[in-house]
Amino acid sequence: MSTIDTHNAGQHAHHEGSYLTPHGGALATIWNWATTIDHKKIGVMYLFAIMFMFFLGGVAALGVRAELWEPTRVVTQVVEGETVTSYTGQVLVNLAPIVPGVESEGGISAGMNIYNRAFSLHGIIMTFMVIVPSVPASLGNFFLPLMLGAKDVAFPRLNLMSWYIYVFGSIFAVAAVVMGGVDTGWTFYTPYSTMTDADHLRVVFVILAAFILGFSSILTGLNFIVTVHKLRAPGMGWFDMPLFVWAMYATAIIQVLATPVIGITLLLLIFERVFHVGIFDPRMGGDPVLYQHFFWFYSHPVVYVMIIPAFGIINEIIPVHARKKLFGYRAMAFATLGIAAVSFLVWGHHMFTASGELAAMIFSALTFLVAIPTAIKVFNWVATLYKGSIAFNTPMLYALSFLFMFTIGGLTGLPLATLATDLHLHDSYFVVAHFHYVMMGGTIIAFVGGIHHWWPKMFGKLYNERWAIIGCVLVFIGFNLTFFTQFILGTRGMPRRYASYPDEFQFLHQLSTIGSWILGIGFLIHLGVFVHSLVAGRKAPENPWGGLSLEWETESPPIEHNFHHEPIVKHGPYDFDTVQPPHTDPAEFPMPEPLRPGERTH
Amino acid sequence: MTSIDTGGNPPQNNPQPQALSTEPRWKRQPFANHWRSHAEDFDACKIGMWLFLTTEVLLFAGIFVAYAVFRMWYPEAFANGSHHLDVHWGALNTVILLISSFTVAASIRNAQLNQQGLLKINLSITLFCALLFMIIKFTFEYAPKWAEGKRPGVWFSYPFAADPNEHIWWSLYYSATGIHALHVLIGAAVLFVILLKSFKGWYGPKHYTGIEVAGLYWHLVDVIWIFLFPLLYLIH
Repeated sequence: MSTIDTHNAGQHAHHEGSYLTPHGGALATIWNWATTIDHKKIGVMYLFAIMFMFFLGGVAALGVRAELWEPTRVVTQVVEGETVTSYTGQVLVNLAPIVPGVESEGGISAGMNIYNRAFSLHGIIMTFMVIVPSVPASLGNFFLPLMLGAKDVAFPRLNLMSWYIYVFGSIFAVAAVVMGGVDTGWTFYTPYSTMTDADHLRVVFVILAAFILGFSSILTGLNFIVTVHKLRAPGMGWFDMPLFVWAMYATAIIQVLATPVIGITLLLLIFERVFHVGIFDPRMGGDPVLYQHFFWFYSHPVVYVMIIPAFGIINEIIPVHARKKLFGYRAMAFATLGIAAVSFLVWGHHMFTASGELAAMIFSALTFLVAIPTAIKVFNWVATLYKGSIAFNTPMLYALSFLFMFTIGGLTGLPLATLATDLHLHDSYFVVAHFHYVMMGGTIIAFVGGIHHWWPKMFGKLYNERWAIIGCVLVFIGFNLTFFTQFILGTRGMPRRYASYPDEFQFLHQLSTIGSWILGIGFLIHLGVFVHSLVAGRKAPENPWGGLSLEWETESPPIEHNFHHEPIVKHGPYDFDTVQPPHTDPAEFPMPEPLRPGERTH
Repeated sequence: MTSIDTGGNPPQNNPQPQALSTEPRWKRQPFANHWRSHAEDFDACKIGMWLFLTTEVLLFAGIFVAYAVFRMWYPEAFANGSHHLDVHWGALNTVILLISSFTVAASIRNAQLNQQGLLKINLSITLFCALLFMIIKFTFEYAPKWAEGKRPGVWFSYPFAADPNEHIWWSLYYSATGIHALHVLIGAAVLFVILLKSFKGWYGPKHYTGIEVAGLYWHLVDVIWIFLFPLLYLIH
């Protein structure tokens, strides 16, 4: 990219190719992508890196579920020389370790060791390497500048650097897995993280990986904040921005304010583990609960780094595919900021049983506040759908799945925020199901929906709608089968993170495992749909869905400088009642009929 | 929405290097092509740096919280530990950092006024101060204390400790000042690059983004020390 280009590239840009046009041979193209400062290419590279990590994390999850098919395979104790199950006392004969040749250590069988490593791996990869960067780094990088009518993010080189930091950090984490994995859980609680695998560096590697990934997150957030402030197209005020941009902005604020705290926490944790400085070690006068406070001061706000971008995607999908002006734009924007603000005040609800009674009551009360802006959003989405012209294509089906599952995830958060009920439910499968309904049923579902929504724009190819819908339905069924059963297991007392359970839980566990297979098949179908689209997809028009935000005004895929002319914003992003979308045929995307006297849309 | 807002910065033409090859480097410096003007580019870099400084403050906030918690838990250990620090070296280092902050601020002014000679001198003084700070830190503070056994955590072997939890104090002392010293080194490295670029004439009136943001970072390093100094050396 020439740095001496004049500001308005319009005069000579008409022959400009799409950003996907190869430059020279294969090696030259690879070099061009590896050194690109084009936000679109960086977004695409992030997308593929995140999909790969999602695959790794998913395989670990399938392994965890496979282990839970049988109730008493691994948790055993030795009584008078015989191996018996912990619960029923039944004598086990021919107890084969899952991996032959691995000796039991101190009464913990090798299989259980592997189980712990598998769920730790799943958690670490899915939070730090998939969900946190998922939407902002891939779709956000690609579409934030396009939606603002800008040529790039504010700091393009910093953007490329943050991608390399992400890859570098992920390599550390994968290296730790190859070296044998860790069994600290994704939260790195002390003393697990300071004492397990004492003869190995792999715990340090994983902690370092999370530390490095934090930098990537901070740099992306910083870049987005400045981009939103400085690079809006002429005519675009704050309340003319698409809500996806608002979501990215709120997310970026949390990333910038919360991530440094996990930085210092992990740094101190490494000091603790490597140099034994003692500040988190109660034997030396240190405080493990201090670690938990530090950790959740980051990790609770980061829950909203995960979910707010998903809100942003749903805000785009629902009005476009329902051909309806979004209900309550300002309420949505302020609810987004409200959630971001409240997110910093509720970290204590992860530690109800580790903190004092008064603190727990205050954190409980503050936690309920989150429900208010979130409910505003859900009601607004439903109100937008009302009397809309709903197209049941893949993005919309994903948006509807999101509404269904996120609402379940949100409402089941309330009994967890209530101190009395939390006493029964904490650390149980109820918690596991709750956060999977929010993180996966919310973020991942919206992410996949968003990928379908913007796929034609990103790659200039249409995908196979029928197979994508089949994939979506399988994901929906598989997900609910996997995790709704876990709500029931949790209320009946199944604790999280255990490799073993009493026999009466087996039926529900097996249902859950079958669900995980259906879920896996659903995602594999999506993978097939994407590959097919890239190889043999039909060419996509500029505006296949009739969207109104600026990204639909340019070509599919966008040209290297995004727009032939700097766009000037003359209408809002959701004015479907008054504006014919660009590049669309009025026969295909008709304007709504004018209201009869006295009729209201809402 | 009716009025077109260009942020008060009308589009400018980017300078063409070929046409201006006789001009000094800073006049030929183009701005990235996604900006409308040089002023916009400069503003963005400044906002970006301020945001980055926010993250740095929050990074150290973790240390300060740990300090507060353990000070509340073990006031005796902290008071004793604090007595072992030499206020004179700490005060000298404070003065050194304050001087360096002044010189870096002066160098920005030099760039604005196109005083190329003074610009290099001021940047060099800043770097010299950073070096002096690190030398004092390591030779007169860390080394003798380490030798006496005033070390963090399990390494603590000072035989005359009055409080059983004094190693926690030393853990925090070394963590806080160590991470701060790392920031001094990073800041010095950045300023060194700025100095090299100033020899090639990169900075001049209205074209001093690099010095401005590096200077902001350096002030932050100074401000963190301003908080660490009383917390560690002065409160007994």
